[in-house]
Amino acid sequence: MMEKRFIVTSSPHMTTASSTRRIMLDVIIALLPAGIAGCVMFGWYSAVLIVSTVAAAVVFEYLFRKLTKRENSVGDLSAVVTGLLLAYNLPPKFPVWMAVIGAFTAIVIVKQCFGGIGQNFANPAITARIVLLVSFPTAMTAWRTAYDGVSSATPLAMMKTGTVLVPDGTTILGALVGNVDTIGCIGEVSRLLLLAGGLYLFIRKVITPVIPLCFIGTVGLLTRIFGADPVMQMLSGGLILGAVFMATDYATSPTNLLAKVIFGIGCGFFTVVIRLWSNLPEGVSYSILIMNVLTPLIEMATYPRPFGTDRKRRLKGPPKEAAKP
Amino acid sequence: MGLNGRISALFGMERGVHPPHCKNTVECATVEMPAPERVVVSMLQHIGAPCIPTVAKGDRVEIGQIIGDSTAQICAPIHSGVSGKVLAISEIILPGGTKTAAVEIENDGQHRVFGGVTPPHVHGKEDLVTAVRASGLVGLGGAGFPAHVKFALYKQNCIDTLIINGAECEPYITSDNRESRENTWDIMNGIMVTAEHFNAKEIVIAIENDKPIAIAELTKVAKTCTTEGHRIRVQSIPTRYPQGAEKMLIYSTTGRRVPAGKLPSDVGCVVMNITSTAFISRYLKDGMPLVARRMTIDGNGVKNPGNLRVTIGTRIKDIVEFCGGYAPDANRIIMGGPMMGICVYTDEQPVLKQNNAILIFAGAGGEKEPEQPCIRCGRCANTCPMNLAPYELYKAYLRGDAADLEKKGVMDCVECGCCSYICPARRQLTQMMRLGKVYAKKQGGKR
Repeated sequence: MMEKRFIVTSSPHMTTASSTRRIMLDVIIALLPAGIAGCVMFGWYSAVLIVSTVAAAVVFEYLFRKLTKRENSVGDLSAVVTGLLLAYNLPPKFPVWMAVIGAFTAIVIVKQCFGGIGQNFANPAITARIVLLVSFPTAMTAWRTAYDGVSSATPLAMMKTGTVLVPDGTTILGALVGNVDTIGCIGEVSRLLLLAGGLYLFIRKVITPVIPLCFIGTVGLLTRIFGADPVMQMLSGGLILGAVFMATDYATSPTNLLAKVIFGIGCGFFTVVIRLWSNLPEGVSYSILIMNVLTPLIEMATYPRPFGTDRKRRLKGPPKEAAKP
Repeated sequence: MGLNGRISALFGMERGVHPPHCKNTVECATVEMPAPERVVVSMLQHIGAPCIPTVAKGDRVEIGQIIGDSTAQICAPIHSGVSGKVLAISEIILPGGTKTAAVEIENDGQHRVFGGVTPPHVHGKEDLVTAVRASGLVGLGGAGFPAHVKFALYKQNCIDTLIINGAECEPYITSDNRESRENTWDIMNGIMVTAEHFNAKEIVIAIENDKPIAIAELTKVAKTCTTEGHRIRVQSIPTRYPQGAEKMLIYSTTGRRVPAGKLPSDVGCVVMNITSTAFISRYLKDGMPLVARRMTIDGNGVKNPGNLRVTIGTRIKDIVEFCGGYAPDANRIIMGGPMMGICVYTDEQPVLKQNNAILIFAGAGGEKEPEQPCIRCGRCANTCPMNLAPYELYKAYLRGDAADLEKKGVMDCVECGCCSYICPARRQLTQMMRLGKVYAKKQGGKR
């Protein structure tokens, strides 16, 4: 009789139930309520825009992998997340064909050209939004109020031009859940639901709240110091969406605690600088992009010290291995 | 826990992992497995130099007789667990891949005990070191470090804390837990001897808090043993893998950090496995060397799981037969726990002194899932007990950058398996660490 042979694999012989797809699914679950609320506020066209952006992102991902003869990666759902985030960052009446260009930029240029998931150095949705903003400035700033669709300026723009310190009708409650005066991108206006999504991701251990807290906290603190209304600043524009869902992107943000703190504070700092002293009303996208680029440097500077090593060790390298007694 | 660690934990970035416990055999009292007809006793059952067989083909041996020894410093003698005839001195491949000699003995079933098996005469500390060496004791928790080498540390007079490791953080294994519950007094006697030997003022029995009965039993006994000189404290530590890893255990019981590349004795600690400690007290009483030990047999691939006392050198197939045989589609055997244990390809493999479990699994899930791209979630880095960044090391390894591997601490890796366990992209980070160590050493030699 032949001796029975058994499967040999390296340890550990157990793995967690989590997976890349499960993580992406959690992000989608966390994003959906805010998107649905956006569609309720801005009308059916927003839903069409979201669906077509996501579809375009998935199709571009599929085609690129196919044309470059790589393994199909649509199944990891990361393209869906990118598509959703990009759509959430668009004004409600944004033309679909422009959104498709945005999806192309995000998936093909920013993500796949650098090697696909986990390899991109900048957040695809953020970069695509910035590309759209400089390519189609008019369409990207054609704001409409919720429900009645009257064109208007955003509260941040009004605060910037100094016409009002806090625009009429813009209440904290309105900023959190949206009301008739709500203006902004489709996915950024239901801030309470975005925060709830962030809480869900924290409970599911998908993200740690370090970056969002440092980001939003820094914006609040600095705007308070420089005489703006910190609460309205924290609840305006794309800050919550950016801080919870975009600044926490794995591939483009640091992994260790100290680096996360630096990253979050940096995002907050650049946001406030842009909001208060530049020509632009909003700076969340730019600040995240700047910090994305700085991430490798931050990580290099804060590389964790192995257990049982002192500060000198990091500079000098490991000591010679000691012999057993 | 340091400040950084506390803040990290607050934000859900906690060192270590929580694999499912699967301590199915916790209520299975130890069953004596009769010695099989044939045993294959490996000559390398410890960290250090292999033993050289002291018997030849055709010799008659008895239970407790030395069959392998060496003059090397780090080595423990090996004894026969059966009485009978030496069939052959053969060569076997150990689970780790090392080839070594093995003494095959046919059991004559007469259970004759070797005349030299008498309680050792211990009149001083040097005598105890000699006795521990003669007992063949190695670390029974899995590492297999010869115990007498630790005992010889008393000369340096540097130990103030004795830590008894009963953490048993690997899933499935309940062997140490059974020891704590069945042989509580042996453990306590062993502790008293060991503590006195090292002149340790502080004695900590560390047990994970998922073993409340063991903790209660030991606490009860420890109270009666605390004297002026020694303070025995039973510490319930959080259930979190790899809590029982030596450096982690020292840190969570004393707050001391063993420097990289240094040993527990450098911070005044000595760590003993709880079953090893109990063995010492039994050996001092009856002089029977380490020829059998308890191990947990579990997994869905074996019919009747449980805790067995098995003669060292028994082949896995005999153990499985004793446990009612394999489940129909059993396809994996792991020697040790599921996190750090080693797969073996054949059930002809004999058990070693340091084996605390044999796990047999059946059905799907044996083969590894394919590796997916790293998404840089940082979970490997945030769970690494040694505070390394495995995903960075993986990149350095793929680049073939030996200098970067060393700079980023590949040599500090304890191969606990947390990184591979937690990786959502199923990357074989632990295996890469092993390869990375070998690669860095080889390249380092060239420089």
